[in-house]
Amino acid sequence: MSDFPHTPPRFSATFTPAVNAEIRRAAASGIYDIRGAGTKRHLPHFDDLLFLGASISRYPLEGYREKCATDVWLGTRFAKKPIHLDIPVTIAGMSFGALSGPAKEALGRGASAAGTSTTTGDGGMTEEERGHSKTLVYQYLPSRYGMNPDDLRRADAIEVVVGQGAKPGGGGMLLGQKISDRVAMMRNLPKGIDQRSACRHPDWTGPDDLEIKILEIREITDWEKPIYVKVGGARPYYDTALAVKAGADVVVLDGMQGGTAATQDVFIEHVGMPILACIPLAVKALQDLGMHRKVQLIVSGGIRTGADVAKAMALGADAVAIGTAALVALGDNDPALEAEYQKIGTTAGAYDDWHEGKDPAGITTQDPELFNRFDPVLGGRRLSNYLKVMTLEAQTIARACGKNHLHNLEPEDLCSLTIEAAAMAGVPLAGTSWIPGRNGGF
Amino acid sequence: MQTFDLGAHGLRELNRTLHELNGSTNQTAWEIVNPKGAHAIAVGLDAPLDVTVRGSTGYYCAGMNKQATVRVKGSVGPGVAENMMSGAVIVDGDASQYAGATGRGGLLVIKGNAASRCGISMKGIDIVVHGNIGHMSCFMAQSGNIVVLGDAGDALGDSLYEARLFVRGTVKSLGADCIEKEMRPEHYELLADLLKRGEADHLAKPEEFKRYGSARKLYNFNIDNASAY
Repeated sequence: MSDFPHTPPRFSATFTPAVNAEIRRAAASGIYDIRGAGTKRHLPHFDDLLFLGASISRYPLEGYREKCATDVWLGTRFAKKPIHLDIPVTIAGMSFGALSGPAKEALGRGASAAGTSTTTGDGGMTEEERGHSKTLVYQYLPSRYGMNPDDLRRADAIEVVVGQGAKPGGGGMLLGQKISDRVAMMRNLPKGIDQRSACRHPDWTGPDDLEIKILEIREITDWEKPIYVKVGGARPYYDTALAVKAGADVVVLDGMQGGTAATQDVFIEHVGMPILACIPLAVKALQDLGMHRKVQLIVSGGIRTGADVAKAMALGADAVAIGTAALVALGDNDPALEAEYQKIGTTAGAYDDWHEGKDPAGITTQDPELFNRFDPVLGGRRLSNYLKVMTLEAQTIARACGKNHLHNLEPEDLCSLTIEAAAMAGVPLAGTSWIPGRNGGF
Repeated sequence: MQTFDLGAHGLRELNRTLHELNGSTNQTAWEIVNPKGAHAIAVGLDAPLDVTVRGSTGYYCAGMNKQATVRVKGSVGPGVAENMMSGAVIVDGDASQYAGATGRGGLLVIKGNAASRCGISMKGIDIVVHGNIGHMSCFMAQSGNIVVLGDAGDALGDSLYEARLFVRGTVKSLGADCIEKEMRPEHYELLADLLKRGEADHLAKPEEFKRYGSARKLYNFNIDNASAY
């Protein structure tokens, strides 16, 4: 034996312990990993942007004294009855089936108390969410589970879902353990089978067909309802332009941080673009068509704070949508439940097996024993509080930038901490006037 | 009978007029002239009306129909009677793709042929096609019945759930998890009723059909079935 020191054990940066563990799991089980939530990898995001605030060249508004409005109109292009929301933070589509009935009720309660909308999902409209939602957006999905003209007419807006950020190009998945009697009945499927939603609509393909499909929905609802078109963050310039061409009132753009109830991990982590990269392209499409602010843009995917809201709006969005953050506000992944998370082999903050229906918080489950633990009144109150905090935060930033409405935030209010985010967001790298990919700068 | 000239008054006025009629109206019989292949004719009806379209239509004729009977004296474009809830749609001519897509109830009769994806994702509708149906018909069909007096194209009933498929002629190929099944007495009884309601009982007898349904092997994911997808 030499007296020289040995090289210490060194882990590969390519074959990390987590990578190796997944290889062993795949080898043992023969099936890919399915999970809920959104991407967990590090991505360029709103954290890479900063607001500049007021200075000599522009003056701020007085906090708590001078008005900074937050309301938004959606659907002003064609709908006879556009939606007016008090705040620009909406609740994204999440299905009854993926979520429990009480959780859907809490989303409706919280959104209504905060003056915003909530959205159905891939399982039809439930009475608890219609009853507790002042403004309810009804999703029109490829599966058409529970779709019917009565619910179309009692919705406040209709969202034609082409894709979602967690899985652009993918369909839905609700595994058999969550197909209870009620879920099965609403979806016209046998109890307990794996329910797979199609990735394409059954009766239209392409933008020309979409235009006719939107015409049909408008005719059925007598042109009253705003019609949204939701796309996953894949080709935001062209998808936005085509949605506008097809007649959308509102484009909903969901970046790859957007969550899902259940999808292959490989899909969540490797398909789609971060929302930061999507917004400027969608805004450019609207501007090129002369439709910015005429067709409204709602963006989603990793929105967590009022700062994220303000940054999305400064880049040109009219409103944002939250999904995962809303579930956390309701109580998902709460450390107070750590002992129960440990029992199912996970830990608070990392729990993402939403498809298994064992959620100790009673949110992503159809097990009565679990969902009866969840108090929809308290959950609604928590969500409302959170939405109001986000709004106050966004207002704080807007006032500091001298804006009397969140919609007056603009790219000139922003700089970027990284070259990547500067290139994606189209704002200068901090301390320079350089926007990568554009000419000039110093 | 009320006559509505679509060429003169336009689609919006047509659907608005029909939507304003409710179950107590005595103006139940309507005739639509000059359809000229327009899309979304007579969509979202919700009253016991009897509407006859004199000519061919574009996409989504009688979409989401409830209660009404819509007769088309011509052929129909894609998605006729899509997501129908109840009532009946009777097409004298041919139907383009997606006929009866996602239909949840009612009866769709096509006296000519239907193109690809007829009955896709059907959820309780009954469909009777006097002629042939195209490829990928009844893809992911969940429930309801389809009767085809002619032949079926490729991949019939791919990823089928609980819908029942009756075909008198040949089936070019069956889709994943779709198999031929035994005709039992209740199926002959069901077929006789469907043929009668589909105005086809003078054209075919229940004994001439084969039944196809789900093998139910793909209902819960199993890695050993991966090659079937």
